[in-house]
Amino acid sequence: MLDTALWISLALVVMALLMNVYRLAIGPSLPDRLLALDTMYVNSIALIVLLGLWLNTKTYFEAALLIAMLGFISTVAVCKYLLRGDIIE
Amino acid sequence: MTLYVILEGVIAFFLVAGGIFAFIGSLGMAHLRDFYMRLHGPTKATTLGIGCTLAASMLYFWVTEGKPDIQEMLITLFLFITAPVSAHLLAKTGLHQQLKYVKKTSGSPHELRREEVGEKPVPHPDKGHG
Repeated sequence: MLDTALWISLALVVMALLMNVYRLAIGPSLPDRLLALDTMYVNSIALIVLLGLWLNTKTYFEAALLIAMLGFISTVAVCKYLLRGDIIE
Repeated sequence: MTLYVILEGVIAFFLVAGGIFAFIGSLGMAHLRDFYMRLHGPTKATTLGIGCTLAASMLYFWVTEGKPDIQEMLITLFLFITAPVSAHLLAKTGLHQQLKYVKKTSGSPHELRREEVGEKPVPHPDKGHG
């Protein structure tokens, strides 16, 4: 049961990542691409957690935590740059 | 024995629900027609999806190793705090760049200034009564 659920979840997350890549490629404006990148790192955290379940190890959760923090900080930095033309004023 | 079967079912349910919510969020972002509509999918559905996936992982390692772990809880908490903040900043960026929107977007995200639609330009208030 758990194996089947893991396969279904992996397939859905990978399809979500493919749609993020699609929006990242065609996005008409810069905030669209930024939103696609933001969603992409959240989905990649889900993929890393599923890898940890697959390999039955807890080593990869530090990587997931790092991706969460750095992704948030980079999104805020690019938003600030688009809003003000400068990051640290 | 029965308890383990029930717990396995709960973990499988959380895994599938997390995958479905992440998929729905990204589908909304790829499919909707407007930046302000597209902002809805990732900020709500994808956050719930990653929360479900992390709950499944936490429950799995709790069952297999016998003690709860704080790391998944930390990731969930951090994501649930930071997702609204980044969504707010993205919405502000979209308003600042005055992105185009379709008619069905309710509440008319930004209004055009008079010099962008009118016939004659509006004088700047610092320039006197000219």
